[in-house]
Amino acid sequence: MTTAASELATYNFAYLDEQTKRMIRRAILKAIAIPGYQVPFASREMPMPYGWGTGGVQVTAAILGPEDVLKVIDQGADDTTNAVSIRAFFQKVADVAVTTKTREATIIQTRHRIPEERLTTGQTLVYQVPIPEPLRFLEPRETETRKMHALEEYGLMHVKLYEDIARNGHIATTYAYPVKVEGRYVMDPSPTPKFDNPKMHMSEALQLFGAGREKRIYAVPPFTEVVSLDFEDHPFEVQSFDKPCALCGAENVYLDEVVLDDRGGRMFVCSDTDHCEDRRDHGHCGTMLAYNKGAAQ
Amino acid sequence: MPDTQIFSGAFAEPVFAAQSVFRTVMDCMARPGTIGTIAATARPPQPLGAAAGAIALTLCDHDTPVWLTPQLAKSKLPGWLSFHAGAAVTAEKQDARFAFVEKGAVVPGFGLFAQGTQEYPDRSATLVIEIESLEGGRPLVLTGPGIRDEAMVGPQGLPDTFVALAGANRAMFPRGVDLILVAGDRILCLPRTTVINNREA
Repeated sequence: MTTAASELATYNFAYLDEQTKRMIRRAILKAIAIPGYQVPFASREMPMPYGWGTGGVQVTAAILGPEDVLKVIDQGADDTTNAVSIRAFFQKVADVAVTTKTREATIIQTRHRIPEERLTTGQTLVYQVPIPEPLRFLEPRETETRKMHALEEYGLMHVKLYEDIARNGHIATTYAYPVKVEGRYVMDPSPTPKFDNPKMHMSEALQLFGAGREKRIYAVPPFTEVVSLDFEDHPFEVQSFDKPCALCGAENVYLDEVVLDDRGGRMFVCSDTDHCEDRRDHGHCGTMLAYNKGAAQ
Repeated sequence: MPDTQIFSGAFAEPVFAAQSVFRTVMDCMARPGTIGTIAATARPPQPLGAAAGAIALTLCDHDTPVWLTPQLAKSKLPGWLSFHAGAAVTAEKQDARFAFVEKGAVVPGFGLFAQGTQEYPDRSATLVIEIESLEGGRPLVLTGPGIRDEAMVGPQGLPDTFVALAGANRAMFPRGVDLILVAGDRILCLPRTTVINNREA
């Protein structure tokens, strides 16, 4: 055994025991075979509270190998609490290589964003999902929602979107925007902004979803049709932003609003920190990027 | 003496071997038509091949009753599966989560195995079928999730009725069985979503 392996004596590789991994792996295979369908699984207690990505962590632990390069993002950022602690967790229990660069990663675990850079074959995106059932807020009973999925009875979801239009004049759902996968199952894409929905459609990467507290795993294989629900006269639209990123000048990316002072000062910056840094490294400048201007010239 | 076949032949490094076999199966299941190579070696009792044995060790345990063909059921395989994986063999196709068919054996009708229910389509069997070769046979065109436009495969050694069997399986969606075809150390996965047609002349 290598020295790295002997230092990991306390836990099995990637924390989970082998029987748990087999159980999760079987669930993942069935999830891939039935795109968009939520496979129940025996979610374990993890050394972090429910709601902190235990579903995603279990999926990642079940697929992770010593050859993998792991990236973890939280709302697009590599340097926020959830991302840092999950990355450190896998460094500790699996001694796995980590990166913040999207294109170098083989597995990307994400909380609520899809990276701006197009994912490619050989990459797997693992979503942390709080509430996997898209119909849950419309019908609280699991027995009923399961029947609705079985009968492909999704009228209620369209009623909900219609009520959005009746009240607000447009579909006001901006995140966790429901999608239909391969013309069959309506699926919750996890609370990603609807801006990211088009990236799921015909993606080259495999997308796996883990919900730890709710004990469900689901998947979207590569090259699978993912269509956001809409109406002919109210077609699906993604958010657009008035200004480009204040740091890197990127347009057509998802921006976060950052409040600067108590006098209404604010800036809009890329939510995907790696994408933003990469652009700045390549000389792109936004209007509020002061410190780097000299270096870029 | 006969016991050596039962008590030996599992993975040398169970944790990493199972991970590598699973990733190959996962990638192939996500991309039907793609041929993957099982890198880890297991030595199951004859006549089951090494790659199918590795898949059994990776995915089967006490939660997954296994169905075996009559020939495999007569071999040392039930003891080997029980000792290394803790998996019980069942004679009832409906109860099996996994089924193994060795090369040359009659492939049972897919409809005899658990199809899952409309509410729980995941409660269905996965069939691991050993065949002569994954290439060189009658060309089949694959379409469906995981395939960009279409994929072409030519497995040798499947029953003549395979396209009709697979079509009936596809028509049951979301219910149905999932297939893993094995030849040598190479595998090809055909989940229930894949539409399989003969190539038009």
